[in-house]
Amino acid sequence: MLFLTGVCTLIAVSVLFFILGYLFQKGGRSLSWHFFTNLPAPTGETGGGMANAILGSGQVLALATCIGVPIGFTAGVYLAEYSGAAFASIVRFMTDLLNGVPSIVVGVVTYTLVVLKTGTGPLAGGIALGIMMIPIAVRSTEEFLRAVPNSLREGAMALGASHWKTIVTVVIPAAIRGILSGMMLNLARVAGETAPLLLTAGLSMYWNHGWSQPVATLPVMIYTDAIGPQQDLHQQAWAAGFVLLCLVLLVNVLARTVISRGIHKPR
Amino acid sequence: MVSSATVASGIRPQGRMLSYLSRLKTGDEIARLIALTAASAIVAITLLLVWNLWTVSAPTRAKFGWSFLLARIWDTNTDQYGALPYIYGTTLTSLLALVIAIPLGVGAAIFLAELAPPRISDAFTFLIELLAAVPSVVFGLIGIFMLVPILESSVVPPLKKSLSFLPFFTGPFYGVSIFTASIVLSLMIVPFIISVSREVLLAVPRDLREAALAVGATKWESTWQVVVPFARSGIFGSIFLALARALGETMAVTMVIGNTPNIKATLLAPGYSIAAKIANEFGEARGMVLSALVELGLVLFALTIVINGAARLLILMTTAKGTQQ
Amino acid sequence: MYRKAISYSVFNSIAVLTLAAGSAATAQTLINGAGATFPAPIYQKWFSDFHKQHSDVEINYQPKGSGAGIAAVTDGTVDFGASDAPLSDAQLKTFQDKHGFPLLHFPTVAGAAVPSYNLPGIHSGLNFTGEALAGIFLGKITKWNDPALTGPNPKMKLPDADIVVVHRSDGSGTSYCFTDYLSKVSPEWKQKVGKSTSPNWPTGLGAPQNNGVAGQIKQTQYAIGYIELIYALNNDIAYGNVKNEAGTFVKPDLASVTAAAAGAAKTMPADFRVSITNAPGKDAYPIATFTWLLIPEQIKDANKAKDIKEFLQWMLMTGQNDAQSLSYARLPKEVVAKEEKAIANIK
Repeated sequence: MLFLTGVCTLIAVSVLFFILGYLFQKGGRSLSWHFFTNLPAPTGETGGGMANAILGSGQVLALATCIGVPIGFTAGVYLAEYSGAAFASIVRFMTDLLNGVPSIVVGVVTYTLVVLKTGTGPLAGGIALGIMMIPIAVRSTEEFLRAVPNSLREGAMALGASHWKTIVTVVIPAAIRGILSGMMLNLARVAGETAPLLLTAGLSMYWNHGWSQPVATLPVMIYTDAIGPQQDLHQQAWAAGFVLLCLVLLVNVLARTVISRGIHKPR
Repeated sequence: MVSSATVASGIRPQGRMLSYLSRLKTGDEIARLIALTAASAIVAITLLLVWNLWTVSAPTRAKFGWSFLLARIWDTNTDQYGALPYIYGTTLTSLLALVIAIPLGVGAAIFLAELAPPRISDAFTFLIELLAAVPSVVFGLIGIFMLVPILESSVVPPLKKSLSFLPFFTGPFYGVSIFTASIVLSLMIVPFIISVSREVLLAVPRDLREAALAVGATKWESTWQVVVPFARSGIFGSIFLALARALGETMAVTMVIGNTPNIKATLLAPGYSIAAKIANEFGEARGMVLSALVELGLVLFALTIVINGAARLLILMTTAKGTQQ
Repeated sequence: MYRKAISYSVFNSIAVLTLAAGSAATAQTLINGAGATFPAPIYQKWFSDFHKQHSDVEINYQPKGSGAGIAAVTDGTVDFGASDAPLSDAQLKTFQDKHGFPLLHFPTVAGAAVPSYNLPGIHSGLNFTGEALAGIFLGKITKWNDPALTGPNPKMKLPDADIVVVHRSDGSGTSYCFTDYLSKVSPEWKQKVGKSTSPNWPTGLGAPQNNGVAGQIKQTQYAIGYIELIYALNNDIAYGNVKNEAGTFVKPDLASVTAAAAGAAKTMPADFRVSITNAPGKDAYPIATFTWLLIPEQIKDANKAKDIKEFLQWMLMTGQNDAQSLSYARLPKEVVAKEEKAIANIK
């Protein structure tokens, strides 16, 4: 029986290697400097790249972070440090609700509330992804703040610090590594979301012109190129998939290195 | 530095207002207000979302009522909308994904928590958690190009032969199917189960294990009959987390499920999930169709909430018995 | 606390930089469009070539399906749309009511929906009648060796196997063209299903996009589906001939599509909304369609209006020369002449 559990683990781990290997074989090998610096070229022309998609993804994710992290972090602080109030349980319930909203539904709502007024673009895309970031930001902030031992808080207060000073100067810094890593993992997760972006970000073959103009993003480019008839566009899709995966994995590795050097959350 | 928080309760209203303003100055109240604002923002956003879904789906809700959930026909040309095939596809693929992912996930978690040396355990866990970071459109592409051929050539024929007495593996197999979608989903959710279950298992106190071994249990008996039950609620929690993700997964599913609104017993037939339906048709949907699609989204949302609620209940019930989490 | 501030400012600077990078280009006019996937390859080429000649004009196109294109231009989230299916009167009215002026159709190229199949040993040249195709997609004809199929193909050995039908799962102009044809040749189809970008298919698997259908056919033995000619050619999938109105089994290619388009040119209505399925003429391929750019009659931004008109002119004069090499049929001369006059309608 125990041997079987080992087999289960091997299966789970090998899937990742298969995916990486397959992506590399299909797309990684055709990566070139062009890919990272050029705009997409129409089919039949060589030298096209996805520079605008990489930048566009960065733009959308930057906005998403600016929305998701402050709200999520501060609400996490609220739940961890001020949780006596009855309101806190309402907030927790709502956060769970928000977490349960499927990504396509977030896209649909953002379309009706934002895109119909402003058009597709990084603004709408950033809002959609930002909403998706909030619940996880709340949860990971709250968890890491709670993990800070009460003795630290009591010690600070005993020295005369007010409540908010304790939080800002003692509790948060103690938990910051875990919180940062949580945020990075969160970012990596939404970086791969395609469904909401399909409805809200649009697509562009050029550099982005503004927050309410269509923007190229990696996931949407992958999907669009993969569904065309031209083999050279398929190549681009695989290459982009490989790049996206590598970027996401990189952020994950970074996040785990950060947390492993900080306070371990109690197991 | 002591704030004037210790205000006696019997003072006049103006006094209370003044003391509130003075508390404001010390910063505590400001900090609390800021935190409260963020928390309220979340409540506001969630309510806004639900309100938007509710109002946009009003036309079809008014027209069909509850029969929307049970009707089978979806025809934009005659404005008939029924959600049943999509509810069927979503729940079936998600449950099946769990059936595959739970043994795989819990098994791997047991190995990583109980048997593997710490370094291997950490390294493998790291790799498995990376799997959770793979974008879903990549899973979809891999599903089509890698999984489908493997299923068609080496997996489904033997299954059909050996399990032909069951209705689940009958009928023609075209590569895209409920079965294929369930497998892709299971690979996407297994990292959640492994990662959380492993943590919960590691948290089980050593004494329990040693006590079991001391009374003569084998390593497996000790693990399976003592440690795992102790961590039961956390493991269940991870399963529900995985289920919530499976229910909402869109891109990977629409590429491998077959996009046909079937309700059949056989798993080899193509199907359709709610998320895939919305993704496929939202681009051109307006008017009644849009309302119907948004109502589908509302149904999916409700499904996820119900399952989350059940999860919390379960964890509450089993936590009362003294398990950790 | 400070670390958070640092990461904030990093993110914000990235955002500002990207916006600045974009702003460097705002001296240009950006025109956004969305719609049909079928003509996307040639549109991308045209827009790219036009941009090379007019560096201050960027025309952006997102292929997401004919239906989505019509919806987007009606919503006003894009400057122009593109569709293989002409708008119905009801859809035109919706646009008119919303915006106060009509939506104009401009044909760009013509293409064909071809019946593609996966039959071991049979590569090309399978003959289909309209009734046979209707029967297959209605679910009435279920075996490859049905008399309706073996009749027109006396020399082929068709297997005794079940037909696997594949169709589009998303809204599609290709679906519209195919069902428009089926409605013309089969009264039963017309009554039961009719023509639509999202028909209520009686049977078959759904795959997203032309590429999805092509992939599904390729992977599934005994499958049949309809895809644009260019997808069949690019993916090396077998496709068959269809019997046209004159009674000949015509092979779908650029010549037969052009013949179908030419037949319609004489009776082209002023708004260019015409169906060329089942066109008269012995060389005409029966499942052919124009594809249109959907341009609002009035465009607020004068620069955009000027650029769009210039593009249309360029497309009719120079762009048409690219059609052949990308496997699209160019517009007949009469249609080009009519269109050039119609460009003046855009204000």
